Amino acid sequence: MATATTEQIEARVIEALASFGPDESQITRDATFESLDIDSLDLVELAQIVEDEYGVVLKGGDMKELKTVGDAVDLIAQRAS
Amino acid sequence: MVTGLGAVTPLGVGARPLHERWAHGVCGIVDGAGACSEFEPKDHLSIKEVRRLDRFSQLALVASGEALAQAGWNTNANGNGHAELPYDPMRIGCVIATGIGGIETVETQHDVMRDRGAKMVSPLGIPQYMPNAGAAAVSMKHGLQGQMYGVVSACSGGAHAIGTALRMIQYGDAEAAVAGGAEATLTAFGFACFNSMQALSPTGISRPFDARRDGFVMGEGAGALVLEEESAARERGATILGEVAGYGSTSDAFHLTAPQPSGEPAARAIELALANAGVSADDIAYVNAHGTSTQLNDAAETAALKRSLGSERARRIPISSTKSAIGHLLGAAGAVEAIATIETLSTRAIPPTLGYEVPDPELDLDFVPGEARPLLAANGGPPVAISNSFAFGGHNVALVFRGAS
Repeated sequence: MATATTEQIEARVIEALASFGPDESQITRDATFESLDIDSLDLVELAQIVEDEYGVVLKGGDMKELKTVGDAVDLIAQRAS
Repeated sequence: MVTGLGAVTPLGVGARPLHERWAHGVCGIVDGAGACSEFEPKDHLSIKEVRRLDRFSQLALVASGEALAQAGWNTNANGNGHAELPYDPMRIGCVIATGIGGIETVETQHDVMRDRGAKMVSPLGIPQYMPNAGAAAVSMKHGLQGQMYGVVSACSGGAHAIGTALRMIQYGDAEAAVAGGAEATLTAFGFACFNSMQALSPTGISRPFDARRDGFVMGEGAGALVLEEESAARERGATILGEVAGYGSTSDAFHLTAPQPSGEPAARAIELALANAGVSADDIAYVNAHGTSTQLNDAAETAALKRSLGSERARRIPISSTKSAIGHLLGAAGAVEAIATIETLSTRAIPPTLGYEVPDPELDLDFVPGEARPLLAANGGPPVAISNSFAFGGHNVALVFRGAS
Protein backbone atom coordinates (compact mmCIF):
# COMPACT_ATOMS: atom_id res chain seq x y z
CA MET A 1 0.00 0.00 0.00
CA ALA A 2 1.45 3.38 -1.00
CA THR A 3 2.16 5.70 1.90
CA ALA A 4 -0.27 8.58 2.12
CA THR A 5 0.82 12.07 3.04
CA THR A 6 -0.58 13.82 6.08
CA GLU A 7 -2.36 16.23 3.74
CA GLN A 8 -4.02 13.38 1.88
CA ILE A 9 -5.07 11.74 5.12
CA GLU A 10 -6.43 15.03 6.46
CA ALA A 11 -8.49 15.56 3.31
CA ARG A 12 -9.87 12.03 3.51
CA VAL A 13 -10.74 12.34 7.22
CA ILE A 14 -12.53 15.64 6.61
CA GLU A 15 -14.45 14.12 3.71
CA ALA A 16 -15.48 11.15 5.84
CA LEU A 17 -16.53 13.32 8.79
CA ALA A 18 -18.54 15.59 6.49
CA SER A 19 -20.48 12.58 5.25
CA PHE A 20 -21.43 11.88 8.88
CA GLY A 21 -23.37 15.14 9.19
CA PRO A 22 -21.39 18.22 10.27
CA ASP A 23 -20.94 21.13 7.90
CA GLU A 24 -17.62 20.74 6.07
CA SER A 25 -16.59 24.34 6.81
CA GLN A 26 -16.62 23.58 10.53
CA ILE A 27 -14.30 20.59 10.22
CA THR A 28 -10.89 22.07 10.98
CA ARG A 29 -7.84 20.49 12.65
CA ASP A 30 -8.72 22.25 15.89
CA ALA A 31 -12.40 21.33 15.91
CA THR A 32 -13.31 18.86 18.65
CA PHE A 33 -15.41 15.83 17.85
CA GLU A 34 -17.78 16.95 20.60
CA SER A 35 -18.35 20.31 18.90
CA LEU A 36 -18.98 18.52 15.60
CA ASP A 37 -21.48 16.14 17.25
CA ILE A 38 -19.31 13.21 16.20
CA ASP A 39 -19.79 10.38 18.69
CA SER A 40 -18.18 7.01 19.37
CA LEU A 41 -20.29 5.25 16.71
CA ASP A 42 -19.07 7.74 14.09
CA LEU A 43 -15.47 7.21 15.19
CA VAL A 44 -15.81 3.44 14.76
CA GLU A 45 -16.96 4.09 11.20
CA LEU A 46 -14.00 6.42 10.68
CA ALA A 47 -11.68 3.70 11.98
CA GLN A 48 -13.17 1.22 9.49
CA ILE A 49 -12.52 3.63 6.61
CA VAL A 50 -8.97 4.24 7.79
CA GLU A 51 -8.22 0.54 8.15
CA ASP A 52 -9.74 -0.20 4.76
CA GLU A 53 -7.87 2.55 2.92
CA TYR A 54 -4.58 2.94 4.81
CA GLY A 55 -4.24 -0.39 6.60
CA VAL A 56 -4.07 1.46 9.92
CA VAL A 57 -5.77 -0.33 12.78
CA LEU A 58 -7.30 1.96 15.41
CA LYS A 59 -8.57 0.24 18.54
CA GLY A 60 -11.18 1.50 20.95
CA GLY A 61 -8.46 2.69 23.34
CA ASP A 62 -6.82 4.74 20.57
CA MET A 63 -10.11 6.38 19.70
CA LYS A 64 -10.88 7.38 23.28
CA GLU A 65 -7.77 9.56 23.36
CA LEU A 66 -8.79 11.54 20.29
CA LYS A 67 -10.33 14.90 21.04
CA THR A 68 -9.86 16.88 17.84
CA VAL A 69 -9.78 16.26 14.12
CA GLY A 70 -6.05 17.06 14.17
CA ASP A 71 -5.45 14.38 16.83
CA ALA A 72 -7.00 11.78 14.55
CA VAL A 73 -5.14 12.92 11.45
CA ASP A 74 -1.79 12.91 13.24
CA LEU A 75 -2.32 9.46 14.76
CA ILE A 76 -3.33 7.97 11.43
CA ALA A 77 -0.42 9.64 9.60
CA GLN A 78 2.05 8.42 12.22
CA ARG A 79 0.83 4.83 11.99
CA ALA A 80 0.59 4.92 8.20
CA SER A 81 4.20 5.98 7.72
CA MET B 1 -58.21 13.03 22.66
CA VAL B 2 -56.47 13.12 19.31
CA THR B 3 -54.80 16.48 18.70
CA GLY B 4 -52.32 15.71 15.94
CA LEU B 5 -52.07 13.45 12.90
CA GLY B 6 -49.14 12.73 10.63
CA ALA B 7 -48.60 10.26 7.81
CA VAL B 8 -46.23 9.33 5.04
CA THR B 9 -47.90 6.92 2.63
CA PRO B 10 -47.93 5.87 -1.01
CA LEU B 11 -50.49 8.67 -1.46
CA GLY B 12 -48.01 11.33 -0.40
CA VAL B 13 -46.44 13.06 2.55
CA GLY B 14 -49.14 14.14 4.97
CA ALA B 15 -52.27 12.94 6.73
CA ARG B 16 -54.59 15.06 4.64
CA PRO B 17 -53.39 13.86 1.21
CA LEU B 18 -53.90 10.29 2.42
CA HIS B 19 -57.62 10.76 2.93
CA GLU B 20 -58.23 13.35 0.22
CA ARG B 21 -56.55 11.40 -2.55
CA TRP B 22 -58.08 8.10 -1.45
CA ALA B 23 -61.55 9.72 -1.36
CA HIS B 24 -60.93 10.98 -4.89
CA GLY B 25 -60.19 7.46 -6.05
CA VAL B 26 -56.43 7.84 -6.38
CA CYS B 27 -54.48 4.61 -5.92
CA GLY B 28 -50.87 4.82 -4.70
CA ILE B 29 -49.96 1.33 -5.85
CA VAL B 30 -47.57 1.16 -8.80
CA ASP B 31 -46.23 -2.08 -10.29
CA GLY B 32 -47.58 -4.16 -7.45
CA ALA B 33 -46.09 -2.14 -4.60
CA GLY B 34 -47.16 0.81 -2.46
CA ALA B 35 -43.96 2.84 -2.31
CA CYS B 36 -43.75 6.30 -0.75
CA SER B 37 -42.46 7.74 -4.00
CA GLU B 38 -43.07 11.35 -2.95
CA PHE B 39 -40.97 10.91 0.19
CA GLU B 40 -37.44 12.27 -0.17
CA PRO B 41 -35.69 11.85 3.20
CA LYS B 42 -33.24 14.73 2.65
CA ASP B 43 -36.14 17.16 2.26
CA HIS B 44 -37.27 16.48 5.81
CA LEU B 45 -34.27 15.25 7.78
CA SER B 46 -30.67 16.23 8.48
CA ILE B 47 -27.71 14.38 6.94
CA LYS B 48 -27.07 12.82 10.32
CA GLU B 49 -30.66 11.63 10.69
CA VAL B 50 -30.73 10.18 7.19
CA ARG B 51 -27.43 8.38 7.77
CA ARG B 52 -28.25 7.04 11.20
CA LEU B 53 -31.82 5.88 10.65
CA ASP B 54 -33.20 3.01 8.66
CA ARG B 55 -35.95 4.05 6.28
CA PHE B 56 -38.69 2.85 8.66
CA SER B 57 -37.42 5.22 11.36
CA GLN B 58 -37.10 8.06 8.86
CA LEU B 59 -40.74 7.57 7.96
CA ALA B 60 -41.70 7.49 11.66
CA LEU B 61 -39.81 10.70 12.31
CA VAL B 62 -41.48 12.61 9.49
CA ALA B 63 -44.98 11.37 10.34
CA SER B 64 -44.46 12.24 14.01
CA GLY B 65 -43.12 15.67 13.14
CA GLU B 66 -46.29 16.46 11.24
CA ALA B 67 -48.48 15.18 14.09
CA LEU B 68 -46.65 17.23 16.73
CA ALA B 69 -46.80 20.34 14.58
CA GLN B 70 -50.53 19.92 14.10
CA ALA B 71 -50.97 19.50 17.85
CA GLY B 72 -49.17 22.81 18.23
CA TRP B 73 -46.39 21.30 20.29
CA ASN B 74 -43.71 23.85 19.83
CA THR B 75 -40.67 21.65 19.58
CA ASN B 76 -37.26 22.72 18.50
CA ALA B 77 -37.02 20.04 15.91
CA ASN B 78 -33.57 20.78 14.57
CA GLY B 79 -31.70 21.66 17.73
CA ASN B 80 -30.86 19.98 20.98
CA GLY B 81 -33.15 22.04 23.19
CA HIS B 82 -36.49 20.26 23.16
CA ALA B 83 -38.30 23.45 24.05
CA GLU B 84 -41.86 24.12 25.04
CA LEU B 85 -43.56 20.78 25.14
CA PRO B 86 -46.96 21.41 26.74
CA TYR B 87 -46.37 18.86 29.53
CA ASP B 88 -43.58 17.60 31.74
CA PRO B 89 -41.47 15.68 29.18
CA MET B 90 -41.33 12.70 31.57
CA ARG B 91 -45.13 12.56 31.35
CA ILE B 92 -45.21 12.23 27.56
CA GLY B 93 -45.07 8.68 26.23
CA CYS B 94 -44.04 7.40 22.83
CA VAL B 95 -45.07 4.06 21.31
CA ILE B 96 -44.11 3.34 17.70
CA ALA B 97 -44.77 -0.08 16.20
CA THR B 98 -43.10 -1.89 13.36
CA GLY B 99 -43.82 -5.28 11.90
CA ILE B 100 -40.32 -6.11 10.75
CA GLY B 101 -37.91 -3.31 11.72
CA GLY B 102 -34.94 -2.18 9.67
CA ILE B 103 -34.76 -4.97 7.14
CA GLU B 104 -32.97 -2.79 4.56
CA THR B 105 -30.16 -2.27 7.06
CA VAL B 106 -29.97 -5.99 7.79
CA GLU B 107 -29.66 -6.76 4.09
CA THR B 108 -27.09 -4.04 3.43
CA GLN B 109 -24.90 -4.94 6.38
CA HIS B 110 -25.15 -8.65 5.66
CA ASP B 111 -23.84 -7.88 2.17
CA VAL B 112 -20.96 -5.95 3.75
CA MET B 113 -20.10 -8.89 5.99
CA ARG B 114 -20.16 -11.37 3.12
CA ASP B 115 -18.23 -9.17 0.70
CA ARG B 116 -15.78 -7.31 2.94
CA GLY B 117 -15.63 -9.23 6.20
CA ALA B 118 -17.23 -9.05 9.64
CA LYS B 119 -14.92 -6.24 10.77
CA MET B 120 -16.42 -3.88 8.20
CA VAL B 121 -20.03 -4.23 9.42
CA SER B 122 -21.28 -0.81 10.47
CA PRO B 123 -21.53 0.06 14.17
CA LEU B 124 -24.82 1.68 13.19
CA GLY B 125 -26.26 -1.69 12.11
CA ILE B 126 -27.99 -2.63 15.36
CA PRO B 127 -29.22 0.87 16.28
CA GLN B 128 -30.66 1.13 12.78
CA TYR B 129 -32.46 -2.18 12.52
CA MET B 130 -33.64 -2.73 16.08
CA PRO B 131 -37.46 -2.62 16.08
CA ASN B 132 -37.54 0.08 18.78
CA ALA B 133 -35.40 2.41 16.65
CA GLY B 134 -38.42 4.31 15.36
CA ALA B 135 -39.71 5.02 18.85
CA ALA B 136 -36.23 5.99 20.02
CA ALA B 137 -35.74 8.38 17.12
CA VAL B 138 -39.06 10.14 17.77
CA SER B 139 -38.38 10.36 21.50
CA MET B 140 -34.91 11.81 21.00
CA LYS B 141 -35.89 14.30 18.34
CA HIS B 142 -38.65 15.85 20.41
CA GLY B 143 -37.41 15.21 23.93
CA LEU B 144 -40.26 12.88 24.91
CA GLN B 145 -39.09 11.29 28.14
CA GLY B 146 -42.03 9.28 29.43
CA GLN B 147 -42.57 5.57 28.71
CA MET B 148 -41.17 4.82 25.27
CA TYR B 149 -40.95 1.59 23.32
CA GLY B 150 -41.84 -0.22 20.12
CA VAL B 151 -44.60 -2.78 19.99
CA VAL B 152 -44.29 -5.93 17.93
CA SER B 153 -47.42 -7.60 16.60
CA ALA B 154 -46.86 -7.71 12.85
CA CYS B 155 -49.72 -6.11 10.93
CA SER B 156 -51.66 -5.06 14.02
CA GLY B 157 -48.69 -3.23 15.58
CA GLY B 158 -49.86 0.25 14.68
CA ALA B 159 -53.24 -0.37 16.28
CA HIS B 160 -51.68 -1.95 19.37
CA ALA B 161 -49.48 1.14 19.70
CA ILE B 162 -52.53 3.39 19.78
CA GLY B 163 -54.37 1.13 22.23
CA THR B 164 -51.34 0.92 24.46
CA ALA B 165 -50.84 4.68 24.44
CA LEU B 166 -54.54 5.16 25.24
CA ARG B 167 -54.22 2.89 28.27
CA MET B 168 -51.01 4.65 29.35
CA ILE B 169 -52.91 7.93 29.50
CA GLN B 170 -56.05 6.42 31.06
CA TYR B 171 -53.97 4.71 33.72
CA GLY B 172 -52.39 8.05 34.60
CA ASP B 173 -48.85 7.13 33.58
CA ALA B 174 -48.75 9.92 31.03
CA GLU B 175 -50.68 13.04 30.16
CA ALA B 176 -49.96 12.65 26.49
CA ALA B 177 -48.34 10.22 24.09
CA VAL B 178 -47.20 9.96 20.51
CA ALA B 179 -48.41 6.66 19.05
CA GLY B 180 -47.98 5.16 15.62
CA GLY B 181 -46.32 2.66 13.38
CA ALA B 182 -43.73 2.59 10.62
CA GLU B 183 -42.66 0.08 8.02
CA ALA B 184 -40.21 -0.05 5.10
CA THR B 185 -39.94 -3.57 3.74
CA LEU B 186 -40.03 -3.03 -0.01
CA THR B 187 -36.70 -4.79 -0.40
CA ALA B 188 -35.67 -7.80 -2.46
CA PHE B 189 -35.61 -9.98 0.64
CA GLY B 190 -38.93 -8.61 1.91
CA PHE B 191 -40.63 -9.45 -1.37
CA ALA B 192 -38.93 -12.85 -1.53
CA CYS B 193 -40.18 -13.82 1.92
CA PHE B 194 -43.78 -12.68 1.43
CA ASN B 195 -43.86 -14.13 -2.08
CA SER B 196 -42.57 -17.45 -0.85
CA MET B 197 -45.51 -17.78 1.52
CA GLN B 198 -47.84 -16.85 -1.37
CA ALA B 199 -49.26 -13.93 0.61
CA LEU B 200 -48.75 -11.32 -2.10
CA SER B 201 -51.10 -10.73 -5.01
CA PRO B 202 -49.60 -12.23 -8.19
CA THR B 203 -51.59 -9.69 -10.22
CA GLY B 204 -50.32 -6.82 -8.06
CA ILE B 205 -53.85 -5.58 -7.45
CA SER B 206 -55.24 -4.80 -4.02
CA ARG B 207 -59.02 -5.27 -4.20
CA PRO B 208 -60.27 -6.18 -0.75
CA PHE B 209 -63.55 -8.11 -0.49
CA ASP B 210 -63.79 -8.50 -4.29
CA ALA B 211 -64.38 -12.06 -5.53
CA ARG B 212 -61.18 -11.79 -7.60
CA ARG B 213 -58.92 -10.86 -4.68
CA ASP B 214 -55.71 -12.87 -4.79
CA GLY B 215 -53.41 -11.59 -2.05
CA PHE B 216 -52.16 -8.38 -0.53
CA VAL B 217 -49.96 -5.73 -2.07
CA MET B 218 -47.08 -4.66 0.13
CA GLY B 219 -46.73 -1.00 0.96
CA GLU B 220 -44.50 1.18 3.12
CA GLY B 221 -45.05 4.25 5.22
CA ALA B 222 -45.77 5.56 8.68
CA GLY B 223 -48.55 7.10 10.70
CA ALA B 224 -48.43 8.93 14.02
CA LEU B 225 -51.05 10.40 16.33
CA VAL B 226 -50.70 12.78 19.24
CA LEU B 227 -52.98 11.68 22.07
CA GLU B 228 -53.66 13.92 25.06
CA GLU B 229 -55.65 13.41 28.22
CA GLU B 230 -58.96 15.20 27.68
CA SER B 231 -58.95 17.73 30.51
CA ALA B 232 -55.29 18.60 29.92
CA ALA B 233 -55.91 19.08 26.20
CA ARG B 234 -58.93 21.30 26.84
CA GLU B 235 -57.09 23.30 29.49
CA ARG B 236 -54.32 24.23 27.08
CA GLY B 237 -56.86 25.07 24.39
CA ALA B 238 -55.82 22.31 21.99
CA THR B 239 -57.87 21.69 18.86
CA ILE B 240 -59.54 18.31 19.29
CA LEU B 241 -59.54 16.26 16.07
CA GLY B 242 -61.33 13.25 17.48
CA GLU B 243 -61.21 10.71 20.25
CA VAL B 244 -59.81 7.22 20.68
CA ALA B 245 -62.98 6.05 22.39
CA GLY B 246 -62.39 2.32 22.68
CA TYR B 247 -59.82 -0.41 22.34
CA GLY B 248 -60.21 -4.17 22.31
CA SER B 249 -57.71 -6.88 21.55
CA THR B 250 -57.74 -10.69 21.47
CA SER B 251 -55.76 -13.52 19.89
CA ASP B 252 -56.77 -16.44 17.70
CA ALA B 253 -54.41 -19.09 19.13
CA PHE B 254 -55.17 -20.88 15.89
CA HIS B 255 -52.52 -20.68 13.15
CA LEU B 256 -49.27 -18.83 12.45
CA THR B 257 -50.66 -16.96 9.48
CA ALA B 258 -54.29 -17.94 8.77
CA PRO B 259 -57.09 -16.19 10.65
CA GLN B 260 -59.59 -18.17 12.67
CA PRO B 261 -62.23 -18.63 9.94
CA SER B 262 -65.28 -18.18 12.18
CA GLY B 263 -64.02 -14.71 13.10
CA GLU B 264 -65.00 -15.33 16.70
CA PRO B 265 -61.84 -14.01 18.40
CA ALA B 266 -61.77 -11.00 16.06
CA ALA B 267 -65.44 -10.38 16.80
CA ARG B 268 -64.68 -10.40 20.51
CA ALA B 269 -62.02 -7.71 19.98
CA ILE B 270 -64.64 -5.57 18.24
CA GLU B 271 -67.16 -6.20 21.03
CA LEU B 272 -64.57 -5.27 23.65
CA ALA B 273 -63.75 -2.04 21.84
CA LEU B 274 -67.45 -1.12 21.53
CA ALA B 275 -68.04 -1.82 25.23
CA ASN B 276 -64.92 0.14 26.14
CA ALA B 277 -66.24 3.10 24.15
CA GLY B 278 -69.70 2.73 25.66
CA VAL B 279 -71.36 2.46 22.26
CA SER B 280 -73.40 -0.18 20.48
CA ALA B 281 -73.49 -1.44 16.90
CA ASP B 282 -76.29 1.03 16.19
CA ASP B 283 -73.92 3.93 16.87
CA ILE B 284 -71.35 2.87 14.27
CA ALA B 285 -71.40 5.03 11.15
CA TYR B 286 -68.39 3.53 9.39
CA VAL B 287 -65.94 0.65 9.55
CA ASN B 288 -62.40 1.02 8.29
CA ALA B 289 -61.71 -2.65 7.61
CA HIS B 290 -58.41 -4.46 7.86
CA GLY B 291 -59.39 -5.70 4.38
CA THR B 292 -56.11 -7.08 3.07
CA SER B 293 -57.35 -8.50 -0.25
CA THR B 294 -56.44 -12.04 0.76
CA GLN B 295 -59.09 -14.75 0.48
CA LEU B 296 -58.85 -15.75 4.12
CA ASN B 297 -58.64 -12.37 5.86
CA ASP B 298 -61.51 -10.77 4.05
CA ALA B 299 -63.76 -13.76 4.66
CA ALA B 300 -62.88 -14.02 8.36
CA GLU B 301 -63.23 -10.26 8.84
CA THR B 302 -66.65 -10.27 7.23
CA ALA B 303 -67.67 -13.08 9.57
CA ALA B 304 -66.28 -11.17 12.54
CA LEU B 305 -68.17 -7.99 11.63
CA LYS B 306 -71.45 -9.88 11.30
CA ARG B 307 -70.86 -11.73 14.54
CA SER B 308 -69.99 -8.61 16.53
CA LEU B 309 -72.41 -6.08 15.01
CA GLY B 310 -75.22 -8.46 14.11
CA SER B 311 -75.76 -9.48 10.48
CA GLU B 312 -78.59 -7.05 9.84
CA ARG B 313 -76.82 -4.07 11.36
CA ALA B 314 -73.48 -4.99 9.71
CA ARG B 315 -75.13 -4.89 6.26
CA ARG B 316 -76.21 -1.29 6.79
CA ILE B 317 -72.80 0.10 7.79
CA PRO B 318 -70.44 1.36 5.06
CA ILE B 319 -67.16 -0.55 5.19
CA SER B 320 -64.06 0.33 3.19
CA SER B 321 -60.42 -0.69 3.16
CA THR B 322 -57.55 1.82 2.97
CA LYS B 323 -55.40 -1.02 1.62
CA SER B 324 -57.25 -0.71 -1.69
CA ALA B 325 -55.46 2.64 -2.16
CA ILE B 326 -52.05 2.13 -0.54
CA GLY B 327 -51.56 -1.61 -0.10
CA HIS B 328 -50.68 -3.23 3.19
CA LEU B 329 -48.34 -1.16 5.34
CA LEU B 330 -47.84 -4.03 7.82
CA GLY B 331 -46.80 -2.56 11.20
CA ALA B 332 -47.76 0.93 10.04
CA ALA B 333 -51.19 -0.12 8.73
CA GLY B 334 -53.12 0.23 11.99
CA ALA B 335 -51.80 3.74 12.60
CA VAL B 336 -52.25 4.96 9.03
CA GLU B 337 -55.75 3.50 8.90
CA ALA B 338 -56.62 5.10 12.25
CA ILE B 339 -55.65 8.41 10.68
CA ALA B 340 -57.78 7.70 7.61
CA THR B 341 -60.67 6.85 9.94
CA ILE B 342 -60.35 10.07 11.92
CA GLU B 343 -60.13 12.09 8.70
CA THR B 344 -63.25 10.29 7.49
CA LEU B 345 -65.07 11.31 10.67
CA SER B 346 -63.81 14.91 10.38
CA THR B 347 -64.58 15.40 6.70
CA ARG B 348 -67.74 13.26 6.72
CA ALA B 349 -66.52 11.68 3.46
CA ILE B 350 -66.24 7.88 3.30
CA PRO B 351 -63.62 6.83 0.73
CA PRO B 352 -64.49 3.79 -1.38
CA THR B 353 -62.90 0.37 -1.53
CA LEU B 354 -61.01 0.95 -4.78
CA GLY B 355 -61.18 -1.85 -7.35
CA TYR B 356 -64.16 -3.50 -5.68
CA GLU B 357 -66.33 -4.50 -8.63
CA VAL B 358 -67.20 -8.19 -8.42
CA PRO B 359 -68.94 -9.02 -5.15
CA ASP B 360 -68.12 -12.29 -3.47
CA PRO B 361 -71.48 -13.88 -2.66
CA GLU B 362 -70.13 -14.97 0.73
CA LEU B 363 -69.09 -11.42 1.64
CA ASP B 364 -72.45 -9.66 1.56
CA LEU B 365 -71.73 -6.35 3.30
CA ASP B 366 -71.60 -2.78 1.96
CA PHE B 367 -67.98 -2.34 0.92
CA VAL B 368 -68.53 1.14 -0.59
CA PRO B 369 -67.91 0.43 -4.27
CA GLY B 370 -67.17 3.12 -6.79
CA GLU B 371 -67.09 6.58 -5.25
CA ALA B 372 -66.79 8.27 -1.90
CA ARG B 373 -70.06 8.89 -0.14
CA PRO B 374 -71.20 11.15 2.70
CA LEU B 375 -70.84 9.83 6.20
CA LEU B 376 -74.04 10.04 8.21
CA ALA B 377 -73.77 10.04 11.99
CA ALA B 378 -75.87 7.15 13.19
CA ASN B 379 -77.40 8.72 16.28
CA GLY B 380 -77.26 12.48 15.99
CA GLY B 381 -74.10 13.07 18.03
CA PRO B 382 -70.52 13.00 16.79
CA PRO B 383 -70.05 10.07 14.39
CA VAL B 384 -68.38 6.89 15.62
CA ALA B 385 -66.27 4.45 13.58
CA ILE B 386 -64.37 1.20 14.02
CA SER B 387 -60.90 0.49 12.64
CA ASN B 388 -59.83 -3.16 12.56
CA SER B 389 -56.33 -4.60 12.47
CA PHE B 390 -55.41 -8.27 12.36
CA ALA B 391 -52.06 -9.95 11.94
CA PHE B 392 -49.93 -12.99 11.28
CA GLY B 393 -49.58 -14.62 14.66
CA GLY B 394 -53.30 -14.34 15.34
CA HIS B 395 -53.52 -10.80 16.72
CA ASN B 396 -56.88 -9.02 16.63
CA VAL B 397 -57.26 -5.33 17.45
CA ALA B 398 -60.28 -3.08 17.15
CA LEU B 399 -60.21 0.63 17.83
CA VAL B 400 -63.30 2.82 18.15
CA PHE B 401 -62.96 6.47 17.19
CA ARG B 402 -65.39 9.29 17.83
CA GLY B 403 -65.33 12.39 15.66
CA ALA B 404 -64.88 15.84 17.13
CA SER B 405 -68.14 17.40 18.26
